[in-house]
Amino acid sequence: MPDKPLIEVRGLKKHFPVKAPFLSGEKLLVKAVDGLDFNIYPGETLGLVGESGCGKSTTGRLLLRLLEPTQGQVFFEGQDLTALKQQTLKAMRRNFQMVFQDPYACLNPRLKVKDILNEPLATHHIDPKSRKKMILTLLEQVGIPKSYMDRYPHEFSGGQRQRIGIARALSLNPKFIVADEPVAALDVSIQAQILNLMKDLQQELNLTYLFIAHDLSVVQYISDRIGVMYLGQLVELTRTEKLFDNPSHPYTRVLLSAVPVPDPDHVYEASTIVKGEIPSPINPPSGCAFHPRCPHAMAVCSREKPVIKDIGDGHKVACHLY
Amino acid sequence: MAEVILDVQNLKTHFRTHQGIVKAVDGVSFKVHRGETYALVGESGSGKSVTCMTVMGLIGKKKDEVVTGDIYFKGTNLTRLSLEDRRRLRGKHMAIIFQDPMTSLNPVYTVGTQIAEMPIIHEGSDKKSAWQVAVEMLRKVGIPSPGDRARDYPHQFSGGMRQRGVIGMSLSLDPDLLIADEPTTALDVTIQAQILDLMKDLKDQTNAAIVMITHDLGVVAQIADHVGVMYAGTIVETADVRTLYKDPRHPYTRGLLNSIPKPGSKDRLEIIKGQPPDLHNVPKGCSFSPRCPYAHDRCQEAPPVVEVAPGHQVACWLMKEDQDHA
Repeated sequence: MPDKPLIEVRGLKKHFPVKAPFLSGEKLLVKAVDGLDFNIYPGETLGLVGESGCGKSTTGRLLLRLLEPTQGQVFFEGQDLTALKQQTLKAMRRNFQMVFQDPYACLNPRLKVKDILNEPLATHHIDPKSRKKMILTLLEQVGIPKSYMDRYPHEFSGGQRQRIGIARALSLNPKFIVADEPVAALDVSIQAQILNLMKDLQQELNLTYLFIAHDLSVVQYISDRIGVMYLGQLVELTRTEKLFDNPSHPYTRVLLSAVPVPDPDHVYEASTIVKGEIPSPINPPSGCAFHPRCPHAMAVCSREKPVIKDIGDGHKVACHLY
Repeated sequence: MAEVILDVQNLKTHFRTHQGIVKAVDGVSFKVHRGETYALVGESGSGKSVTCMTVMGLIGKKKDEVVTGDIYFKGTNLTRLSLEDRRRLRGKHMAIIFQDPMTSLNPVYTVGTQIAEMPIIHEGSDKKSAWQVAVEMLRKVGIPSPGDRARDYPHQFSGGMRQRGVIGMSLSLDPDLLIADEPTTALDVTIQAQILDLMKDLKDQTNAAIVMITHDLGVVAQIADHVGVMYAGTIVETADVRTLYKDPRHPYTRGLLNSIPKPGSKDRLEIIKGQPPDLHNVPKGCSFSPRCPYAHDRCQEAPPVVEVAPGHQVACWLMKEDQDHA
């Protein structure tokens, strides 16, 4: 692992206020992200998995400062993004970009493909003479024929639109890309095309990815390391092979065993079907947020919040069992 | 062999649109036996939902929806029945579960009232005994304190509980056929595992025939007995679940299985090039041929359905040629 991280996240929190019951006088908060610490190293893909409402998308947006954190810092190449003024931040933004989930919603329907790709270049004052050549290169990189650059988004399929979304993210030659469920809206055969494209581009351009997804098989395919989130917290973070060979947090085990495997002879452990639902992040359980559903819950779990700690060789787990 | 509950023969559902005819389902045949789960798997637009909506009689009532072919339900040809007779079958003898449980429940009635409607409408039960059926069904599908929760409105249920409620409703009159259209797609993976487990238990208890529509090959492997793979409105391969995963023959089925990342493997994914066809303009002959790595001249003609092994049928010229050589 390279020694110097590209992204450092320290004590990151994001609490959203929600409407309290009428006249109750309470102040209710959704603790979407509640204390994250991790690093992302140059050239790696960090996968972030978890079920709906666990805070993975919020984390992605906080890292790019598309949301203002309630508390904590995000360092990009050693520079604290959360302390930057808007002006400086804007200039910095060319280094980090985002790919969105919904390829239908993230492209302006009134702009032609070439204009969509031109926008970031214009915003960052790239010499107009070189722009056309850059746009052609981008289209080639993502596998869209250059004859299509005068078309509008509605003339493309979902997979092609996602390619355009990726081209736009690449246009300013960024170092870091947050991909928020980039293949969740795509069919299986198209999903594989986009995953392979993202892997190729990473090698070619030496990109660093934060890859957010709920589909574990997709995340394991593309990620070097995986972080598992539950109710705004990281419960486990380790290398991909280790997470699958030796899942250590009870929630990770439950999550892994719940994934339907495309093999009719696969034996599911009946005991690993977890009971209950994901609790509300407005009123999370005391102590360890997973304890009401955990098969190994002990007395201490409802009292004390477990701290994330290294159980050896960079394998981090937040659980009282360790 | 168990009783044939559903026998669909050469079903075609075409939609007349301003841009021309959309052949959403174009010659689909399959059989489902009592106690069996038959999965229709395919990508968006392959016609799996339209097939099932047509079987249910929810499509085919309007004049721009053209349905041909035969649908036999326990020996009766549904296409010959009046709309009123088909309505009587729906809910009581054949039921359907949709993907999004919120849109299949009425937000202004309690969950219990909506389930109780089933025995009231179809069996003329009185309100009191119908309510008891509703509570009993909620208990069966694993809702805690069902007596109280029956008085809740759908928004007071979580996504997984709503789907449980809908499943309870669909099974309340003990139907012979249950169609489940992507029942777990909207749910988180741990909740999906709970619902799939529930469906397996209930299948054993009720002995209904189940048609499961899904795009998720992992779900199919877990729950299906037989599988039909759909592409552009036709079934390209059908086999029992083990054969389909261990010995897939159609190039599309193989491509699809190779496209899914396998747990614990980082081998580069083999992809199917191109994209599914526009249904306004389906390629001539084999609709998969433009994407198929083995396509040749013969593929311009519609491929024959070849039985490569008992119960394992493949619609592909390659199979025909293999057979001719043998």
